[in-house]
Amino acid sequence: MRVLPAGSRGVLLEVDDLAAALELRALLLADPLPGVVDLVPAARTVLLVLDPARTDPATVSSQARALAAGANWLDASEPPGPLVEAHRAEVPVVQVPVVEVPVVYDGADLDEVGERTGWGADGVVARHTGTTWTVAFGGFVPGFAFAVADQGPRWSVPRRAEPRTRVPAGSVALADGWTGVYPIASPGGWQLVGRTDLAVWDLQRDPPALLRPGVRVRFVDVSDTAAAAEARTVG
Amino acid sequence: MSLLVIAPGPLTTVQDEGRIGHASSGVTRSGACDRGAYRLGNRLLGNTAGAASLEVTLGGLVLRAEAALTLAVTGARCPGVPWNAPFRVASGDELRLGVPAQGLRSYLAVRGGIDVPSVLGSRSTDSLSGLGPDPLSRGDRLAVGRATGPLPGVDQAAAAEPPAGVVTARVLPGPRRDRFGDAGWALLLAAAWTVDADSDRVGARLRGAELRPVDAWRGRELASEGVLRGAVQVPPSGQPVVFLADHPVTGGYPVIAYVYDGERSSDVDRLAQVRPGQPIRFEER
Repeated sequence: MRVLPAGSRGVLLEVDDLAAALELRALLLADPLPGVVDLVPAARTVLLVLDPARTDPATVSSQARALAAGANWLDASEPPGPLVEAHRAEVPVVQVPVVEVPVVYDGADLDEVGERTGWGADGVVARHTGTTWTVAFGGFVPGFAFAVADQGPRWSVPRRAEPRTRVPAGSVALADGWTGVYPIASPGGWQLVGRTDLAVWDLQRDPPALLRPGVRVRFVDVSDTAAAAEARTVG
Repeated sequence: MSLLVIAPGPLTTVQDEGRIGHASSGVTRSGACDRGAYRLGNRLLGNTAGAASLEVTLGGLVLRAEAALTLAVTGARCPGVPWNAPFRVASGDELRLGVPAQGLRSYLAVRGGIDVPSVLGSRSTDSLSGLGPDPLSRGDRLAVGRATGPLPGVDQAAAAEPPAGVVTARVLPGPRRDRFGDAGWALLLAAAWTVDADSDRVGARLRGAELRPVDAWRGRELASEGVLRGAVQVPPSGQPVVFLADHPVTGGYPVIAYVYDGERSSDVDRLAQVRPGQPIRFEER
């Protein structure tokens, strides 16, 4: 684990991969450091946000090193490698909630993703629903989360060459090795494979974000049910 | 008790200390850009810490008091209203904030605080996510809360006006300083930067030099990582952005430095007052 400076109110901890970042976050939640008011987990780092009235970066840095040393972690002697693609995360088996996300798989990019992966549209749906996914960290808008597959083949879906100016709210999407749900309409470059009615962001709910780091997700194909319901209303 | 908005000015939003503890959900802190000026206003009026005020960008705000109220304006000095001092208005009085000659953001504090609904523990307008109240428009009616503490009895605070001319900001090395080498760091400190016109509550975009990663790091991507207010982030263009209150929670471009952002003094507060076209220099803390 490397301890990197992040200004007057932060300390950035860097580890080698996503699994280590998730474990580090779990450690910091189980044993909170005094004066640390927020944690920002990401693919290979956890940023500790501190209250300068209660602590300081030097103190938090020492405490974080002690915590990591206690967890038998070694400082890396080599400089960090290039961007780590999502991979099969060795997620510890713990009791975490599994959220079911009902999806109608009629996304604009489903066929293209089917072709690029060689799995075909049906194959993409089968693999997307065939594993649980673990939320690694939140994203660029409230409620958006990056999730990685717990099992199965390595997902490697490039982002769209040209992002859309507007991705509809509820879109279920893929990029690199991640999957995510757009909580609100926003610009986006991810590949759209389906849509869900599930409110992943709801200010009336506590907490408002459904897909939080550590939460596991299972996508459920409700395309047939939806099509049947639509047919009934039309007919 | 309330205030009626007659004219909102170029941009006026409700701001307080912001939302702390929700970064994992993708919610940034937001809150007043010049935190020191915002806090001073509340102290002058005996408000509880965290009471919501109005952040007024380049003046222009016109309000009608619909009750007798005690107010204070801090930060950039707007002609037409007292500055750094509590003052009373009677019901029906009109309040006009002129355009400040220097500085960018003024804070209008009201004794009792602006009482609009809170979202995730804060009344701040987050311009990045849209959380919180909308920016002020003509016809908006802002409720004012009840004052709880005594007035401190200060007639005038001795806080300086935001400077015109070059603003210096102290910087600390950021987590990715090594990507830019000693030459990049030296350039950060030597360059004559100016704030670009498209700067906003998300960040002050700077022009003046191009910061480039050293050869060993060129083309090597960075996984997105958490960033904070005050981060000096370098996108592929080489032209840095200094993040302000509505910064994104994570960023995939390297942060070469952090502007000093202490409790008692903050150079991020100083940068929040720099107008487009105004020069900035960085110095090592």
